[in-house]
Amino acid sequence: MTETTRSDYDVAVIGGGLVGSAIAWGLAQHGQKVAILDEGDIAVRPSRGNFALVWVQGKGLGLPEYAGWSKRSSDTWTGFADQLRQQTGIDVCYERPGGFMPLLSEAEMEHRANQLRRLHNQPNVVRYDYEMMDRAAVEKEMPFIGKDVVGASYCPLDGHCNSLKLLRALHTGISLSGVAYLPNHRVERIDPMAGGFRMTTASGEVRSGKVVIAAGHDGRRLAPMVGLEAPVRPERGHIIVTEKTAPFLKYPVGFIRQTDEGGVMIGDSFEDVGLDTTVRNGITSTIADRALRIFPLLGKLNVVRTWAALRVLTPDGFPIYEQSTSMPGAFVATCHSGVTLAANHALALAPHIAAGSLPDEFTAFSARRFHVPAAA
Amino acid sequence: MFQRLPNASGERVSFTIDGRAAEALSGDSVAAALIANGVSACRTTPVSGAPRAPYCMMGVCFDCLVTIDDVGNQQGCLVRVRPGMRVETQNGKREIER
Amino acid sequence: MSDLKPRYDLAVIGAGPAGLAAATLAAQRGLSTVLLDEQRAPGGQIYRAVTQSPVRNPSVLGSDYWHGADLVGPFRDSGADYAPGTTVWSVARSLDIGLSRDGAARVLPARHIILATGAIERPFPIPGWTLPGVMGAGAAQILLKTSGLVASGNVVLAGTGPLLWLLAWQYLRAGARIDVILDTTPRENWRQAMPHMGAFVRSGYVGKGLKLLLEVRRKVKVIGNVTSLAAEGDGRVQTVVFRQGDGAEQRLPADTLLLHHGVIPNINLANATGCAQNWDEAQRCWVPTVDGWGATSVEGVSIAGDGAGIGGALAAEHRGRLAALDALHRLGVLDRDARDRDAAPHREALDKAQRGREFLDTLYRPAKDFRVPTDETIVCRCEEVTAKQVRDAVKLGVSGPNQTKSFLRCGMGPCQGRLCGPTVVEVIADARGVSPAEVGYYRLRPPVKPITLAELASLPKAEDEIAAVLHH
Repeated sequence: MTETTRSDYDVAVIGGGLVGSAIAWGLAQHGQKVAILDEGDIAVRPSRGNFALVWVQGKGLGLPEYAGWSKRSSDTWTGFADQLRQQTGIDVCYERPGGFMPLLSEAEMEHRANQLRRLHNQPNVVRYDYEMMDRAAVEKEMPFIGKDVVGASYCPLDGHCNSLKLLRALHTGISLSGVAYLPNHRVERIDPMAGGFRMTTASGEVRSGKVVIAAGHDGRRLAPMVGLEAPVRPERGHIIVTEKTAPFLKYPVGFIRQTDEGGVMIGDSFEDVGLDTTVRNGITSTIADRALRIFPLLGKLNVVRTWAALRVLTPDGFPIYEQSTSMPGAFVATCHSGVTLAANHALALAPHIAAGSLPDEFTAFSARRFHVPAAA
Repeated sequence: MFQRLPNASGERVSFTIDGRAAEALSGDSVAAALIANGVSACRTTPVSGAPRAPYCMMGVCFDCLVTIDDVGNQQGCLVRVRPGMRVETQNGKREIER
Repeated sequence: MSDLKPRYDLAVIGAGPAGLAAATLAAQRGLSTVLLDEQRAPGGQIYRAVTQSPVRNPSVLGSDYWHGADLVGPFRDSGADYAPGTTVWSVARSLDIGLSRDGAARVLPARHIILATGAIERPFPIPGWTLPGVMGAGAAQILLKTSGLVASGNVVLAGTGPLLWLLAWQYLRAGARIDVILDTTPRENWRQAMPHMGAFVRSGYVGKGLKLLLEVRRKVKVIGNVTSLAAEGDGRVQTVVFRQGDGAEQRLPADTLLLHHGVIPNINLANATGCAQNWDEAQRCWVPTVDGWGATSVEGVSIAGDGAGIGGALAAEHRGRLAALDALHRLGVLDRDARDRDAAPHREALDKAQRGREFLDTLYRPAKDFRVPTDETIVCRCEEVTAKQVRDAVKLGVSGPNQTKSFLRCGMGPCQGRLCGPTVVEVIADARGVSPAEVGYYRLRPPVKPITLAELASLPKAEDEIAAVLHH
């Protein structure tokens, strides 16, 4: 085989889920020649199983920069959705009516209030409105809440979208922008070469000037190939969806929301079980039971589907964004909030990757934070 | 359009379709009873509002969804018609409390 | 559901010929057995309403139909428990069955499970097939068997396959009128089927089949070599539009259009249980992978009858008995030699019943133009997704049905892909220029039939399952 150093693409993005396709979309809008290397029809794909919240409240306790990063994405989401609609004709149905987190006991109320207070008292944390509401206040917005609901936290920044339409809009957008989407290109190796990187994949070799690892769970395997790390683990979550129902629920309510199409989505659970997406009926049953305590009127609705998907979790739950110091031009981007952060990935992160360096504001999201001794 | 064979046996069952009196035979499913009573469409779809009628009659297609005794989205082909049953055709998405 | 025991040695799901035969044999041999069935009376679809059909004249439905009663009698005497009107929405690898009956859900454990979920009509997507007045020929046959209802006005039958001709024959016997049969059997199928003719001639079906065909052809106008088909109408079907060969478009008035393109295994429950499946090129469908006893890749779960590949009603009986004997073996009642010895006559009968199947599979394979429909045709009836939308998704790089599901909601509706899956696979395979075997099929999850949220909430929960939700 003859060695050449010609690159096929300016950037290769590994992973065609929400994170990878949002970054690829953003890169393409900045004139980069981009390829997405993706797996096939059966793959571990959190982007097909998420809950579609664009959510701010409660995020960032322990890493104030993450609170700001989430708020920034939420603030730019409307413009991002508009851009996608203008480009692709696809309405991703983003709405920002504010979101409730329902609380079912005085103890839960107190715990939630403390948590939010601590979050917002962190030094240098971004300021935004939120409210602890008592039962009467919640009942005013949603008269059909169950008797067990003691109150809720509310944040006007929270919203939701149709995440499957988001995925389709991004893929349509990248196609219109000239991005090469390469399915069945599972990456086996990444090797540096003069002027870039060479990816050995299940369907042949791809060369690029830069590489972005946005491969979700597979980031753990791929990042070390370019001197980076993505110590992520899968955390299984279950979701239930009901048949289409006439609109009755205006707000996303933590783990219950009504989609633009009428179905009611209900989550959520947390298990450490590796890459197993088997559905456990006892878990969906517990989720259903809790949902009925919050909204008893859901009881008659037919469940049409349940599924389990795997969150991509770092040790502290916050994202990793980093450029390799040993192999500049290689980046990693991983998080478990691919919907909330889609606007940021497309509009805020991608331009820096296109320019070739991440500014200081991203230092907080480096994986180096996992090596700082806890006592320090 | 369907008609009953002249010598079909069975007991007559009285029920209502959208509030109007109707008759069926005791072995009829709700979907069969609607067809026997000349009901052309049992619902409109929640996606485009197109009319639909029973298609498979064996519980797999979900096109025969109707409201039975105030409960929406019941598979008409899997429920036997009973005396006094109230069957209603549906428009689009079901309502949350019925 | 107080009439059900807390657990069973064997649970059989589906009361068609395979399920009835399996449950009967197992219970006769001493296994505590339950037969769970969605319908209110035994018989499955092939023998639907065989114990209570309002059609009194036995010559209308024919002697093959009434044979079903021979299975019901022994079943009733076998000692097996029978749960009609019971929907099974989940079978877990732990052999816990999720079921729903009269609006209440429960979990029923078994030591072995035989899925006898039978067949469904192969989706026959043509423009206008969602219009009221268009239904499956199998659906019309169910209306005849259960309710003595026949189509009236202008009636058009269209498609290919034994059931289409059987329905026509039964309609004529019942005195019903058929305007015309539009036969979509591709001409080249005859040539391809010829090598299998010998086995078919020896099968014993041939005389009966020919007689039936001739009787129908004598009395009904049959238009052959139909290559395109559409239903049109305002709010319901009024006109059938078709072409013969590459001839000009022709139009027929129709009040009812009955479509049929053969039957395929009903695989949703097996798929959601996690049973491995494979593409069957001869029958052009996905089938669960089973051994000679019907055992699947999931320990303790077998499949009997058409649910494991189309073999017909008689074959289904014998496959049911073989699966039951293997269950007896696996549960320690029969040793291997006894199982094999007892199976011998059933295996012989099965071989005989399956003789000639290749001929039927080849002759009645639907033409590609009907399996891979035109752009404007609705493929997914629930979410109203067209073939063009699926093709456009493939252009974006979508390589299989699980991704079209994410992109288009295709297969996400209440029917859970039963009416779109086979077509979506064919359309993607055609657009990609690969075999459906490479395209794959939907990965399904419980519940495979809807249950209410209240039913789901009522199920038992283990400590760790509660903790996974509430104590995070």
